[in-house]
Amino acid sequence: MKLSYFPGCTLKNHAKNFEDSALCSLKKLGIDVEELDRWNCCGTVFSMTTDDLIHHLAPVRNLIRTKEKNSDKMMTLCAMCYNTIKRSNERVKSDQESLDIINDLMYKEDVKYEGDVEVLHLLEILKNDIKFENIQQKVVKPLKDLKIANYYGCYLVRPKEIGFDDLENPTIMDDLTSILGGQDIDFPYKTECCGAYETVDRTDMVANRTYQILSSAINHGADVVSVSCPLCFFNLDARQKQTQQKFPEFQNIPILYFSQLMAMALGCDEKSMNFNLHYIDPRPLLKEKGFI
Amino acid sequence: MRTNITRQQIHSPFVAKIEELSGQNLLACYQCGKCSAGCPSVDQMDILPNQIIRFAQLGMGQELTESKSIWICASCMTCNVRCPKGIDIAEVIEAIRQIVLRKRKDHVEVKKLTDKEKAEVPPIALISCFRKFTS
Repeated sequence: MKLSYFPGCTLKNHAKNFEDSALCSLKKLGIDVEELDRWNCCGTVFSMTTDDLIHHLAPVRNLIRTKEKNSDKMMTLCAMCYNTIKRSNERVKSDQESLDIINDLMYKEDVKYEGDVEVLHLLEILKNDIKFENIQQKVVKPLKDLKIANYYGCYLVRPKEIGFDDLENPTIMDDLTSILGGQDIDFPYKTECCGAYETVDRTDMVANRTYQILSSAINHGADVVSVSCPLCFFNLDARQKQTQQKFPEFQNIPILYFSQLMAMALGCDEKSMNFNLHYIDPRPLLKEKGFI
Repeated sequence: MRTNITRQQIHSPFVAKIEELSGQNLLACYQCGKCSAGCPSVDQMDILPNQIIRFAQLGMGQELTESKSIWICASCMTCNVRCPKGIDIAEVIEAIRQIVLRKRKDHVEVKKLTDKEKAEVPPIALISCFRKFTS
């Protein structure tokens, strides 16, 4: 299986821990991925107004890059990229007139987009193509006794056109956690919005959200919270600083990408985890549990 | 709140514009309030999501475009997936934001953000913030 990989803006810097751990895991699972040439930012949010076609150009251009790789499958890691590109794809696939206009606007491209690329998230690939039972066989370091609260956020599950998992009670990350040997912790805030980009000008609002989400995970017994989106990661990890300032009784909890947990269980090098990028250092806990 | 409603207001271009930009039928809403019940941001809002739909039905453009709520909503889509009438409330709120932004009234002024503020957040936060809050 050859997959084209679209990294997106944040995976190359703030979320290098996400990228490296995901790519190392895929290597351990024997899956070949090839990064797209000349990929561009997807725009991070789906263009929601009916008349705004120009913002679908960036996602569609990346789909053209995928076709240029002779591939019909694009893999994303970031939940926001996944949501934006997949929804733009669905939008142009169901509306030929819009697709024609978009192709016309990109008349300098050698390849026309015809709705013929499938946008996939790594979690979907793990579940449907690689299959969880095959991953289980490759686990060398089970995450024994690690209590993981899986936080899905918004863009991985909503809206329903994304069709990723159950809208109100998604379980794909919990299922993955279980086969890696960890203990999944259910908590009621797993699909509650973290405040997303409000973090730029409303830090206080995000601190409230982080407090609510993480306190709930902690109260349900979690050791770590696992995420799939670099913006959720930032709000839940780095914004713990503001959360602690606002709520002095708040206790810190390490945030990890699901891919880091997987990489750890599959025996990837600690270097691929880039723990230096975390505000709350997960290393003391992981050392204590004997995972690193 | 006391307000006067006129037929003219209800049939105003504002209502038509909201319906056009959002692709939603505003009159489908029967005010059950489920959107506001599930919204994680209501504590910060001055007009609740179900009220936004009601105000939009009645053509109360000024109240909506001047509200705090439209900048509090982060399009998390919880309201959309729970609406029993299938209305995309987040799209209606986006339409109101767009009406303001298309008059070149930016909500976040990029120039006013300090270098420190810009440097501490990841690119994904800045890009999505500018996409949603600037024209």
